Amino acid sequence: MSNKREQVESTIDSGGKRLQGASMGTNHFGNVAEDVENYGHTWRKLSAYCKPQMRVISVALVAIIFGNILNVLVPGRLRTLTDIIELGITGTTNLEAVITIAVTLGIMFGFIALLNFLQGFMMAGVTAKISEKLRTEISQKINRLPLKFFDTVSLGDVMSRVTNDVDTIGQTLNQNIGTLMSSSILFVGSLGLMIWSNWFMALIAVLASLIGFLSSKAVLSRSKKYFKTQQASLGAVGGHVEEIYSGYNIVRAYNGMKSASETFSELNGSWYRAAWKAQFVSGFITPLMSFSGILAYVAVCVVGAALVMRGQITFGVIVAFIFYVNQFTQGLTHITETFPGLQSTTAAGERVFALLDEEELADERGKEQKLGNIRGDVAFEHVNFGYDAHKAVIHDFSLKVKAGQKIAIVGATGAGKTTIVSLLMRFYELNSGEISIDGIPISRVTKEDVRNKFSMVLQDTWLFEGTVCENIIYNTEGVTAAHVTAVCKDIGLDGFICALPLGYDTLLNDDASLSEGQMQLITIARAMLKNAPMLILDEATSFVDTRTEALVQAAMEKLMHGRTSFVIAHRLSTIKNADLILVLSDGDVVECGTHAGLIEQNGFYAELYNNQFR
Amino acid sequence: MLKIARHLTRRERVRVLFIFLLAVTQIRLDLMIPEYMRVITVTAQTPGSQLSEVITSGGIMLLSAALSLACVFTISFLASRTSAALAMRLREKVFSKVGDFSMEEFSRFSTSSLIARSTNDITQIQQFIMAALQMLLKIPILAIGGFVGIINTGIQWFVAALIAFVFVIIVVTCTMASVMPLFKKMQELVDRLNLTARERLAGRLVVRAYNAEAFHEQKFETANDGFTRVDRSTNRAMAIMSPVMSLGTNGVLIAVYVIGAFLINSAGQAEGLQVFSGMVVMTFYLGMLFNAVKFVTKVVPRIPRATVSAKRIIEVLETKPAVTYGMLGDVNTGVKGEVTFKNVSFRYPGAGADALGGVSFTAKPGETIAIIGSTGSGKSTLLNLVMRFFDATAGEVLVNGVNIKEYSQKTLNNKIGYVPQKSVLMKGTLFSNVAYGENERGYFSAADVENAVRIAQAEEFVGKLKEGLNAPVFQRGSNFSGGQKQRISIARALCREPEILIFDDSFSGLDYKTDRALRDALKTELSNTTKLIVSQRIAAAMDADAIIVLDDGSIVGMGCHSELLESCDVYRAIAKTQLSEEEMAS
Repeated sequence: MSNKREQVESTIDSGGKRLQGASMGTNHFGNVAEDVENYGHTWRKLSAYCKPQMRVISVALVAIIFGNILNVLVPGRLRTLTDIIELGITGTTNLEAVITIAVTLGIMFGFIALLNFLQGFMMAGVTAKISEKLRTEISQKINRLPLKFFDTVSLGDVMSRVTNDVDTIGQTLNQNIGTLMSSSILFVGSLGLMIWSNWFMALIAVLASLIGFLSSKAVLSRSKKYFKTQQASLGAVGGHVEEIYSGYNIVRAYNGMKSASETFSELNGSWYRAAWKAQFVSGFITPLMSFSGILAYVAVCVVGAALVMRGQITFGVIVAFIFYVNQFTQGLTHITETFPGLQSTTAAGERVFALLDEEELADERGKEQKLGNIRGDVAFEHVNFGYDAHKAVIHDFSLKVKAGQKIAIVGATGAGKTTIVSLLMRFYELNSGEISIDGIPISRVTKEDVRNKFSMVLQDTWLFEGTVCENIIYNTEGVTAAHVTAVCKDIGLDGFICALPLGYDTLLNDDASLSEGQMQLITIARAMLKNAPMLILDEATSFVDTRTEALVQAAMEKLMHGRTSFVIAHRLSTIKNADLILVLSDGDVVECGTHAGLIEQNGFYAELYNNQFR
Repeated sequence: MLKIARHLTRRERVRVLFIFLLAVTQIRLDLMIPEYMRVITVTAQTPGSQLSEVITSGGIMLLSAALSLACVFTISFLASRTSAALAMRLREKVFSKVGDFSMEEFSRFSTSSLIARSTNDITQIQQFIMAALQMLLKIPILAIGGFVGIINTGIQWFVAALIAFVFVIIVVTCTMASVMPLFKKMQELVDRLNLTARERLAGRLVVRAYNAEAFHEQKFETANDGFTRVDRSTNRAMAIMSPVMSLGTNGVLIAVYVIGAFLINSAGQAEGLQVFSGMVVMTFYLGMLFNAVKFVTKVVPRIPRATVSAKRIIEVLETKPAVTYGMLGDVNTGVKGEVTFKNVSFRYPGAGADALGGVSFTAKPGETIAIIGSTGSGKSTLLNLVMRFFDATAGEVLVNGVNIKEYSQKTLNNKIGYVPQKSVLMKGTLFSNVAYGENERGYFSAADVENAVRIAQAEEFVGKLKEGLNAPVFQRGSNFSGGQKQRISIARALCREPEILIFDDSFSGLDYKTDRALRDALKTELSNTTKLIVSQRIAAAMDADAIIVLDDGSIVGMGCHSELLESCDVYRAIAKTQLSEEEMAS
């Protein structure tokens, strides 16, 4: 009978304590939810994701319940078996009975294993589905969020929600939900049986286990603190490392490594102090719980023996109680062990749902007006805008552009040049005023419709992982390879592409070493291929050398012919032939006119222009 | 992994040994608990036994449990300190190693990979070492203890135990073998997921400008789908592990009982009692054996990831920097601020052709040399060689007549003020950024900083800030515009009062007016300082003492503006695109 504890442990253990995936750390206490309300919110949301899986989950639940019923029955059978064998020492063993019980037990164990596997298998499917759905929703959410949102958050943080946080949710759910369910059943069941057979001894057992439970709780809140400091100090180390490595040329050139190392050692040291404590304390829960299990056992035995000696209970009660206490404390131990995991689920869930709850762009499906085939008249009327609600960048901006005109926007950095074209593309919504194309306010049609009317080259070159050809065609439909080559030849890109190992089929990724200028040419080709009725060039050639620029310029002129175009440029030589030059300063138009007119005015523009040749 | 273990100090190795001894003690103590449990049960069941007997046994049992708890705590204490200390030391070593790297190593490893190696990979190692010290060490103790115990107790059960054990081992091995490649694949798929998410976030403006949202959503879904599939397969495969293990444990338990029953049946009474107690002891040893397997399944899945991390860290630590410095301090060679290129060629590692070929020129003290040429002509490369971000493949670069390889890093850097193409600001204040690093004087006074800020034409915008020079700078200087960052970055170089100033297209973010004012200030106020200026703007080159025209890595023209307009085709072509007819003529 002495083996019961061991045996019970191993059967319960199969109830769902799963291996930690390799991608999991030992601990995920970080960023624990402080707020009870948030806690409920997150779990309500998560359970909504479980709903479509309810059928599978119920089957898993049934498997867990049956598995645990069998688990509860096993100790009784084993006891009978031991008794029979023990009798055999003095007399003869009832071998037939031994074999019958052994076979029954074998079948029971077989079923327990099967049910547990079934449960684990199904829960793995359920959690994988939930995580997949969460990732998909975030992915779709990204497209529905206003661009403004991304200006205020760090992209790394958004990414980390897509991968790390969702992964944490999946892993911790997978590892803990099964355990929690089966342990709870075991816990409640054995508690009920204990109270039913003797409430006084049940009370003793519960009190004894409570010691372990409460100390674990204390440890848990302690470790929460340490894990928080650990995560924070790890973040600080990471931030410092990133800063030093990404500015390494400066650190090196300015003999900055010494002070960088000093700061690093300091941060690294405070990480160490938090990290070892976090690891140390987090290992307490299991041994504490098993110790309190033994304490409960001894307490039950001592009190029970005393009661027996007083004749208040029979031996049988003690024997039964020993089993119950084992199951009770095992259940409690496993429940306690799931807490840290579930805490991380909550923390990660909170971050994921915070993103999913962000305010979205207005739904435009109801907009029926279309821009159609446009001429290209553009009007800004009393436009006011600020990225920040109380800090206006553009004040009362008005402008009328006739179809086919070339508009140049010049001004110092931060004057609001890029903002003007961003508003035209409806990247941001106006605070007040109106922008219209061919007399149709762009707020009355869908964003897609507006954006379809422009070919745009942005200041920051952006290529995605794909071949050169895919990058140039991008989302433009009905393009042939001949088109692509023709455009590339026009801007002098063809030669360079042909020199690449696989020509137009060369994969562009992090390893592909293209210069900024070459990348910019690809984005120009992309815009030229789109061949939209209007054109926006925002510092499109800043990284291209002046000779190539001339080539691009010529191709652009051809493209711009007859199209309304907006050009932002530092090099004033490229915009001399514009129909209208707007000089911006702090969001206001300070001068406007043609090149000749502005030179004559001898104002801000003239000064800028003359400076470049001095 | 073994190479990582070499970084443990002697004291830590002793600690590991101590952990091992503690683990042995703890396992021995744990074995006593069921023994006393049995005694208590028997006592409680035996009519007429005294309460004190129960209390005594219970007391001893609690004592051994408490001692075992103490062992676990001590092991946990030592293990967490050791693993964290090792992680701290490794991170320190990696960081200082990277501090010796030249740009060659940086481009080889890539900055983001070096960051990951200094942070995530180290954390992986720490967690693995922690798990290894807590569990891996116990595995041989449990396995050997278990088997020895079983053999000693009775060979009859050994076969049953062996069969069950082998069964479990086979299942575990098969599962592990099928899951391991999946774990590795999972890592790739996580990268893929990251990549697709990152690219569309970074390019969100273009994505929206081209209405390409659906395109990227689909690309992400493909990655998501692949990841989910592998994730599900691994978790499902792992789901078989623990049921099989308990089936094995329980199966062998039944076998032990049945065999026991037969043995007892055929044995005499005395012998029977012995067999019975042997049977009971047997179950403890089996427990040990299966605990060993349990630990194996907990530790083994971490191995592939930890191994990959260990390899990545070792790779950094074993890299020999391509650029090493000499010992020469500041010596007086009679000239101050002279830069000479003697037939210098340079080829980027792994490249097929030279980026620079046979470049020779001299910049005399106080001269301004402009370097001009098209994208990819080797302008920045030339400056990088002076900075020793890379070393020339052939020929030599001299500063003040001494080969720059002979100077110590500090001495060479003290002579140079470098302004890069992309401005880099550090978290801190504007002041701390201008006063960054150290020069031969060691520190910078407020007057030095203010003077540098004034010459760099940053006074105006700094003056508009409420906190002035104490205004905070966020990471990467994200709270300042490109032009502002560039001016601070220039002020930082001026603050060092170097003999040589190097500008790598550092005026591109400035409007022409500021650009002009800055160049004027440099000319009048730093007339003794040698200046090497790379620029796209011909206006910046026009008034230099000499202009070097680079094309495809070679010097195709050298001289002043008017000479080059006469003699150099490349120069004339560049000038044509930027200057008006009149200016070309004048």
